[in-house]
Amino acid sequence: MPVLETHALTRRFGTLTAVDNLTIAIDAGEVCGLLGRNGAGKTTVIKMLTTLLPPSSGTARVGGFDVVRQAASVRRIIGYVPQLVSADGSLTGRENLLMFAKLYDIPTRDLAARVGDALKFMGLSDVGDRLVRTYSGGMIRRLEIAQAVLHRPAVVFLDEPTVGLDPLARESVWNRVEQLRTEYGTTILLTTHDMQEAETLCTRLAIMHTGRVVADGTVASLKDAVGPEATLSDVFVHHTGTEMEISGGYRDTARTRRVARRLG
Amino acid sequence: MTLRVRAASPAASASTGGSYADALRAAVGFARKTITITELEARRLRHDPTELITRALQPALWLLVFGQVFTRTRAIPTGDLPYIDFMAPGILAQSVLFIAIFYGIAVIWERDLGILHKFLVSPTPRAALVLGKGLSAALRGLTQGVIVYALAWLLGVHLNWHPLALVGVLGTVVLSAVLFATFSLAIACLVKTRERFMGIGQILTMPLFFASNAIYPIALMPRWLQIISHMNPLTYEVDALRALMLARGASVSGLGLDFAVLIATAAGLIAVTSRLYPRVVT
Repeated sequence: MPVLETHALTRRFGTLTAVDNLTIAIDAGEVCGLLGRNGAGKTTVIKMLTTLLPPSSGTARVGGFDVVRQAASVRRIIGYVPQLVSADGSLTGRENLLMFAKLYDIPTRDLAARVGDALKFMGLSDVGDRLVRTYSGGMIRRLEIAQAVLHRPAVVFLDEPTVGLDPLARESVWNRVEQLRTEYGTTILLTTHDMQEAETLCTRLAIMHTGRVVADGTVASLKDAVGPEATLSDVFVHHTGTEMEISGGYRDTARTRRVARRLG
Repeated sequence: MTLRVRAASPAASASTGGSYADALRAAVGFARKTITITELEARRLRHDPTELITRALQPALWLLVFGQVFTRTRAIPTGDLPYIDFMAPGILAQSVLFIAIFYGIAVIWERDLGILHKFLVSPTPRAALVLGKGLSAALRGLTQGVIVYALAWLLGVHLNWHPLALVGVLGTVVLSAVLFATFSLAIACLVKTRERFMGIGQILTMPLFFASNAIYPIALMPRWLQIISHMNPLTYEVDALRALMLARGASVSGLGLDFAVLIATAAGLIAVTSRLYPRVVT
């Protein structure tokens, strides 16, 4: 049974249709990647599924709850790591986790243990009492993932989790995401425009182009459908007619650069 | 780490029907999350308290320069009260106003950093996020209160040290900070950018301050300004502070009306801003 499903999900901003009739179903334990260029509609999908943005039309259910009518219930069972660097640099790593543990109703008697476990799981125990502004980019991202899974959510949304990270830091984040899936069976929906990330992490891919899903399947099945020697880049070009490149408007570029700058 | 996927059954979490226990649990949860948002601010201040010191400069200048000069010139008639006494509660109100009215920009900053997105995705009621921010402003406002009290005492202002009066001042500062910070958040939700907010913040702050009884009595104002002044919540804040803070202070409009205006305005603004709050990220 799908833990996340959408039916004809659509979001318009004035005359622009950012997400157009999106219908997907993701089973428990899958890592589904939304692959697309900047402006393809990936972040808008995540914003609707995390209740940040109401859809213009269509429906979406997460863990059986409708994202509009049962938004409060959806919020209890999801974790979210936004594209922007969202850890509070003026607090320590432990304090960042503690604050969110309280917001997620983790009982007071369990707070310290849960925060300690999360720091350990993300390999941050040694730096838990340091201010986050002194962390490296990879450490910040791992802390943010720890924040997102503190309350043991059924579904975790990662919006371009490795944008702005160097290759080593990127790999450390991938390892933790992979661990979430293999060890705990967490369902993960992530957006990316990184082919390598999509191939490494995703058990399933949906390629988005101008607000629509133009292809959907496992990495292997998508490649096979294009040709015997096809790469993921070939698959992307085949379905969208464009190369994957860092594109998008002024806002996207500014945001990406800001994230990269903050992650060092 | 034992990270298990929580069962996600709508039926399991179906409401059992608004029982007293549910309402109590919801109220405790609301209070806990409101306090958490305020605690976050307290922790930030603990790590870096320099802002509190720099912010103290403005009330110090008003009291030490403006207050001293106008006390000597006796240009503003303040009845039995020396001008410096009359002015001290106004400067406390001004400090709270200036801290709270720019709180919206902190929310825009949190939005730009992505912190606000995570708050909004958490199961925290919007009203708790808004009230928590208001109380964060109150926390900063209270630190200004301590500084203004210290300066006023050094300048010979006749202060009322009765514990009940101090509790009253504390309540007035908290209510006013919540009110103006919430107003600021509402504006931030509408204008959404730092640049626009800074412009509007400047436009709002000075009229609020000068169209109040903070540094001169309402009786000295032209009629049209008196009418505006009576619609300005800052007037009621200053009136309450003047009655509670000074040994010979008295309320012009009555403490009951002062608190009623502050509570009703703050509650109305929290209700409106809670609805507007998610718009800041869209």
